[in-house]
Amino acid sequence: MNFYNEMIDANGGVRAHYRAYDEWLKATPPERIARKRAEADLAFHRVGITFAVYGEEEGKERLIPFDIIPRVIPAAEWKAMQSGLRQRVKALNMFLHDVYHDQEILKAGKIPAEQVLNNTQYRPVMQGVDLPGQIYAHITGVDIVRAGAGEFYVLEDNLRVPSGVSYMLEDRKMMMRLFPELFARHKVAPVQHYPDLLLEKLRAVSPKGIGNPTVVVLTPGAYNSAYFEHTFLAQQMGVELVEGRDLFVKDEVVYMRTTQGPQRVDVIYRRIDDDFMDPLIFRADSSLGVPGIIRAYQAGNVTLANAIGTGVADDKSIYPYVPDMIRFYLGEEPKLNNVPTYMCRKPDELKYVLDHLAELVVKEVHGAGGYGMLVGPAASKAEIERFRQLLIAKPDGYIAQPTLALSNCPTFVDEGIAPRHLDLRPFVLSSGECVNMVPGGLTRVALTAGSLVVNSSQGGGTKDTWILED
Amino acid sequence: MLSRTADHLFWMSRYIERAENLARLLDVTWQMSLVPQSLEAANQNWNAVIALNSLEEEFAARYPAVNAENVLRFMVSDAGNQVSIQSCLRLARENAHAVRGTVTSEMWETMNATWLEARDKSFEQIFNAGIGEFFEWVKMRSSLSRGVTIGTLLQDEAFHFIRLGTLLERADNTARILDVKFHVLRPHGDEGATDFYQWGALLRSVSAFEVYRKVYRDVITPERVAELLILRMDMPRSLHFCMNGVLKNLNLIANRQSGETQRQAGLLHAQLHYARVEEILEHGLHEWLTDFMDGIYLLGDGISKDFLVPMAAAA
Repeated sequence: MNFYNEMIDANGGVRAHYRAYDEWLKATPPERIARKRAEADLAFHRVGITFAVYGEEEGKERLIPFDIIPRVIPAAEWKAMQSGLRQRVKALNMFLHDVYHDQEILKAGKIPAEQVLNNTQYRPVMQGVDLPGQIYAHITGVDIVRAGAGEFYVLEDNLRVPSGVSYMLEDRKMMMRLFPELFARHKVAPVQHYPDLLLEKLRAVSPKGIGNPTVVVLTPGAYNSAYFEHTFLAQQMGVELVEGRDLFVKDEVVYMRTTQGPQRVDVIYRRIDDDFMDPLIFRADSSLGVPGIIRAYQAGNVTLANAIGTGVADDKSIYPYVPDMIRFYLGEEPKLNNVPTYMCRKPDELKYVLDHLAELVVKEVHGAGGYGMLVGPAASKAEIERFRQLLIAKPDGYIAQPTLALSNCPTFVDEGIAPRHLDLRPFVLSSGECVNMVPGGLTRVALTAGSLVVNSSQGGGTKDTWILED
Repeated sequence: MLSRTADHLFWMSRYIERAENLARLLDVTWQMSLVPQSLEAANQNWNAVIALNSLEEEFAARYPAVNAENVLRFMVSDAGNQVSIQSCLRLARENAHAVRGTVTSEMWETMNATWLEARDKSFEQIFNAGIGEFFEWVKMRSSLSRGVTIGTLLQDEAFHFIRLGTLLERADNTARILDVKFHVLRPHGDEGATDFYQWGALLRSVSAFEVYRKVYRDVITPERVAELLILRMDMPRSLHFCMNGVLKNLNLIANRQSGETQRQAGLLHAQLHYARVEEILEHGLHEWLTDFMDGIYLLGDGISKDFLVPMAAAA
């Protein structure tokens, strides 16, 4: 397979937007680079920018590897991508509002109704609930890859509790600290205002009639893998970081317990999944959430960001319909590509998938985090057979896609500098008519040679992402 | 401020202060044990360390005999002992971790680095490198935590809860150290040089040796030691100093239901403010200190109920 290299073109020349960096890298003594890389590791450890890995020893924290070669995107490419992201996220929010109100798109037959209404991520409690600005996904993390000859594809829309933005911000801080001279040579678009933008968005969607809303970040607690990010965002926005036990509901209003008595809470940026939000409505065994909070939410006395029930729009079985949503709600052609997707619930597509397992990527419909997927070309025969059985037993639980030739980028590894595959997760913020984002996003890189899985839980690393202004 | 946040801040500072005071207590006991004495007398000192922390049962369940090495191992690095120095440093760090967004990054980094360093030291390493060096290190890390707090944190509610935890814990610890050492030292009466070293070590353990010299310019007597550590308002580890700070910080965070707790604190403070050392000794120092420690315990309980434990829905 031929891979698009972010830095080097097909003739072996350095791409224009990487030229200044390349010159710098060649002129910088390797000892200095090595020293700076060690310095970065030490700083990340000391500051405690870590994440917990599920399935490993309880409470164990690990660093996400940080690579000092940035991922550079020219401003013109970003501009096109940004316009596509706006369009896509707008349509997804309109879809969610429609699904939980009149269901026009189902009536029009654009998406099979049972695909939506029988989906475990569809939340009947949201039916008919009006939300401020009709916004459901206030924060969206759209995973984008470059493949083939260099075109961008959306891999998935993360509309529930997308994470990683703190790494985007810390990576930039680290790069500026290690190599200030690079920023003097390049016009890199700033990203550090993300927390301000987020706070502005959260305040804009407060319940009606609240003049000066109290915003909080709700975390599952210190043992969550993204706890660092929760504390980081709360601190950067200057709002309280609360756990479920810090909140209670009285007369359909949410309060937090403070040293000065109960204080009303208006907007909750929640980093807890739907299932754990309210033991009275969802999982009764959850101690992470707040009993009664859904009633307060339905009554319009508190805003949850993201809304309950957004999972019905980022489910992998709904993903193939996103281009149709854009056409249906906006009357426009999609600006970003979708990856062609085989829905295994359709018998003819299942047959194709079973015949071509060794070439395809198979994903669980409700899966995330790189768990429970098959990368055909990299899989052993036994793994392929295991997935064959899984597919036959439960075809509607899976989709399949062609294995994309993900682009790669030079990256520091044990043997020196070598190309590694990467993706990009821009963070798109919505409130009412406005859809905003900071330039770029989080670049994740698969550190194992040949690996196409970039998730940090699977040993992926990150790079600073530069949108290079002309 | 969230009640839970205040709770973490309060306990973060209590645990780091407790680690420091433990280091001080163990250091003085270790030094006292180096003065020529019978094995029995030496072990009595080590026994007192266990008794002081009410850990007789836990200790007996894990170690066959009371001696210097066993007690040091138990109190310094035994993870099974919830109040060993290493456990305290871990708990301080865990509490800081839960509120790392509220404390300054320098504070969190100090707590985190302290724990990371402590975690990597085995008891053998600590002991072989010279245990006194380790106690010095713990004291320095605690001083650093306190310094970084005072030097970087906004003096808002968070600061007051941290100071409250530090001073309440210190008052309790100074009272304990005084109680146990007086108990061990008193029966011997005047035995000349040995006593001088023992009292000197006690004073040093609370950084009060030079202070004593400066204040009294005279030989060390038990009465003056008691006076210095209980009643001197300007001596940073005395009970009076600690209660001054407790009262001040408590009044700064007062809420609608904390009246009774404030009254209790005022009462304890007044006892120190208007007491004379002769009266205390006449009353019996051990009894007086026991009453005081009970008062401190109730005060901690009151603070917990008024501010830290999540309040009921009643507004």
